[in-house]
Amino acid sequence: MAQNTNILDYFNLFWFAVLPYVALFTFLLVTIQRYTRRGFTYSSLSSQFLENKIHFWGLVPFHYGILTILFGHLLGFLIPRQVLLWNSDPLRLHILEVTAFIGGIFTLVGLVNIVIRRLVDPRAKVVTSTADWVVLSILLFQIGTGLFVAIFNSWGSSWFAASITPYFWSLLAFSPDIAFVTPMPMLVKLHIISAYFLILLFPFTRLVHVLVIPNPYLWRKPQLVRWYWDRKKIRTPGFKAKRK
Amino acid sequence: MVFHLDKCIGCHTCSIACKNIWTDRKGTEYMWWNNVETKPGTGYPTRWEDQDKYQGGWEKRNGKLGLRSTGKGRVVFNLFHNPHQPGLDDYYEPWTYKYEDLFNAPEGNDQPTARPISMVTGKHIDIEAGPNWDDDLSGSPVYAENDPNLSALSPEQRAQLSAIERLVFFYFPRICNHCLNPACVASCPSGALYKRGEDGVVLIDQKRCRGWRSCVAACPYKKSYYNWNTGKSEKCILCFPRIETGQAPACFHSCVGRIRYLGVLLYDADRIDEIAGRPDNELVDAHRELIVDPNDPAIIKAARENGIQDDVIRSAQKSPVYKFVKEWKIALPPHIEFRTLPMLFYVPPMLPVMSSFDGKTVKNMTEGLFPDFDKARAPIEYLGKLFGAGNNSKVRYVLKKQMAIRTYRRAVTVGDVEMEHAEHMLREADCTVAEAEAIYKLTSLCTFEDRFVIPPAHREEAIEMTADPLEYKQSVGFGFKEEVKRGL
Ligand code: HEM
Ligand code: SF4
Ligand code: SF4
Repeated sequence: MAQNTNILDYFNLFWFAVLPYVALFTFLLVTIQRYTRRGFTYSSLSSQFLENKIHFWGLVPFHYGILTILFGHLLGFLIPRQVLLWNSDPLRLHILEVTAFIGGIFTLVGLVNIVIRRLVDPRAKVVTSTADWVVLSILLFQIGTGLFVAIFNSWGSSWFAASITPYFWSLLAFSPDIAFVTPMPMLVKLHIISAYFLILLFPFTRLVHVLVIPNPYLWRKPQLVRWYWDRKKIRTPGFKAKRK
Repeated sequence: MVFHLDKCIGCHTCSIACKNIWTDRKGTEYMWWNNVETKPGTGYPTRWEDQDKYQGGWEKRNGKLGLRSTGKGRVVFNLFHNPHQPGLDDYYEPWTYKYEDLFNAPEGNDQPTARPISMVTGKHIDIEAGPNWDDDLSGSPVYAENDPNLSALSPEQRAQLSAIERLVFFYFPRICNHCLNPACVASCPSGALYKRGEDGVVLIDQKRCRGWRSCVAACPYKKSYYNWNTGKSEKCILCFPRIETGQAPACFHSCVGRIRYLGVLLYDADRIDEIAGRPDNELVDAHRELIVDPNDPAIIKAARENGIQDDVIRSAQKSPVYKFVKEWKIALPPHIEFRTLPMLFYVPPMLPVMSSFDGKTVKNMTEGLFPDFDKARAPIEYLGKLFGAGNNSKVRYVLKKQMAIRTYRRAVTVGDVEMEHAEHMLREADCTVAEAEAIYKLTSLCTFEDRFVIPPAHREEAIEMTADPLEYKQSVGFGFKEEVKRGL
C-alpha cells in the first residue's frame, strides 16, 4: 500500500513538476533557435489556397473559440483575485462560464471541421503532415477534456483561480507545489498534462505561427522601402563641397 | 518598363524563360510570374480585372486612399481566413503527363497514351483550364465575352467585336508592374514586402513572410502568388540577380518580338499619395507628372542628395522608358484606376484597331486624314478601359501619333503617300519629324543597348550577388537555402 502511494507520488512528481519544466525550456530554447536559425520555416502554412470551402467553417470558429478560451485562462492566471471577485455574484459567474463554454464549443466545431477537411479533401491531404495530425489530435484531446471538465467539474473559473493558479505560480517560482493538483480529478489532470505536451511540441510544429502574429502592421506606414546602398556615402561628395 | 503591344507576337517565350528559371519548384507550378493573355479574354487568373470579385487595389473612401481587400482594422479579423484570396481553381490546376506509360505499357492493340496527372495531388485529372486556355481567342464565346473590360462597350459594339469576320485580338503580356504605390506592400501584416530604393524592384522577404496572403488579395493585377508548399508568397523579382549584373531580366532578354524596354525613371516619391488619389480621368497625366526630367539640373541635384548614384542618373538620361512615357507620351499604364501607379507601361496596339478585313485583303481604313477611331474594329472604349482608366482621349492620342508616324515612314520609304500629307498628319498628331524618326528607330531598329539601359551594378553595394542561381535550381530560396519542411 505504502509502496503504491510512492509510485503514485513519483508519477505526480513527473507529470506536474518535471514535465512542465521540460516543456517550458524546450519551448523557449527551440523556439528561439528556430526563429534565429531557421526563420524561413515560420509560417501559418495556410492551405486555404487549395481548399476554400470547408476552410471558413473550420478555421474561423476554431480560432475565435481558442483565442477566447486562451484569454480566459490567461486572466485566471494573471488576475485570480479579480476573477474570484467577479464570480462572487452568481449571475456574473454564469455569464463567464457560459461564454467560456460557447468558446469551447466553437473551438470544437471548428476543429472537427478542420479534421474532416484534411481527411476528405484530396488537395488538403497533400499538405497534411504527420506533425499536423499530432497537433490536431492533441488539440482535440485538449478541447475534449476541457469541455468535459466544464460539464462535470463546473465553475472552473473559480476553482482554477483558487487552486491551479497558485500551482502555476509555484512552478514559475521554481518551487513546484504539486499539492494543489494531486487532489484534482483525473479529467483535470489529463487536461493539464496534454497542455504540457502542446507546449513541448509547439516549437517543432506549425503552432509557431501563433508567435509571429503581426503587430507592427497597425502602426507602421503603409509603404516600405529598403536601401542596400549606403546613401550617405553617395551624398558625401556634395556634402564636402558645401563645407569647403 | 515599356511593352510595345504592336510588336508582341504572342509566342510565350517570355513566360517559358521565366518559368524555367524561377517557378519550376514544388508549390509554384501554377504560377506564371510572366504570362501572356489574349485580349479580349478573361486572363489569368480568370477575370483578374474584375475587382468586384477579387477586391484588389486601392479605392477612395471619404477622400482617403484605402486598400479594397483589407485595412488596418479589418486585417486582424480576417487573418484566419482571407475572404478575398483566390483559390487554385481561379488559376488552374497544374498538370504534367504520365510519360512513362508510353514506354511501360504492356504490348496491346491500342496505342498507349500519357494521361494527365495533377502536379498538386499527383492523381489523374481531366484538364479543365490552363493559364492561357483562351489563347488566340479559342473558346471565345466562353472566355472573350466574359472579359471585364467589355463593360465599357455598348451591346452593338460588343457584337461588332466578336463578329467572326471582323474578329480582332491582341496579346497582353503581363508581369508584376513593380508599382510606385504597391497595394501588395501596403497590405502585408508582417511587413515582409518592400520596394528596393535603388531600383524600385518590389520583393517579398521570404524570411519575414508568414503566409497571411494579404498581398495576393491586395494586388489588383494578381501578380503575387501563394506557394502552397512553403507557406510563403512569391512574386516576380524582375530577375534582380540579373539586373544587378547589368543583364536584362530573362523575359525581356528572351522576348522574340523585342517588345520590351527597360530603363531608369526618376520620380518624386513625396507626391505618390497625392497623385494616386486624383480622379480617374486625370490619373494617366498625374502619373506622368510624377516622373521627373533627369536632365533638369535641379532634379539631378535633388537625386544626388537623396542618395542616387551618378551612373544611375546617367542611365535615367538615356532611358528608353522615359522617352516612351514622358517625352512621346505613347506608353500608357494598365488599369491605372486601381491606383497602384504601375511602372510598366504599354504602347497600345494599333493594327487590330485600324485595319479591316473585307473578305479578301486586310485594308487600312484611311478615308480622311485619320480613320474614325470610334468606328474602328476594336472599339476605342475597350482600349480606353484597359489603358486610360476610361479616358479614351489618352488612347486616341497614341493611336493618332502611331498612325501619323506610319504614314510618314511610308512617305519616306515607299513614296506612295504625299510627304506634305504625312507631315500634316504628324502635326495633327502632336509630333515632329525628328520625334517621328526617333520613335521609328526605337520601335523598329532598336538594338539590345537601346532597349535595355540598365545602370552598371554596384558590386561593392549589392548583397544579393554572392549566389549562383543555377546552384539552387528546383530548390527553395535564393541567397539562403533552407529546406521546406512542414511541421516536425
Ligand atoms: C494568435 C493569433 C492566431 C493567428 C493570427 C492564427 C492564424 C492562423 C492561420 C492564418 C492559419 C492558417 C489557416 C489556413 O489554412 O489558411 C492557422 C492555422 C492553424 N492555427 Fe492558428 N492562429 C492564431 C492562434 C492560434 C492558436 C492559439 C492555436 C492553438 C493553440 C492555433 C492553432 C492553429 C492550427 C492547429 C492551425 C492548422 C489548422 C489546419 O490544420 O488547417 N492558432 N492559424
Ligand atoms: S503589380 Fe504592383 S501591387 Fe501587384 S505585386 Fe506587383 S508591385 Fe505589388
Ligand atoms: S516573348 Fe515577347 S513577343 Fe513573345 S509573347 Fe512574350 S512579350 Fe510577346
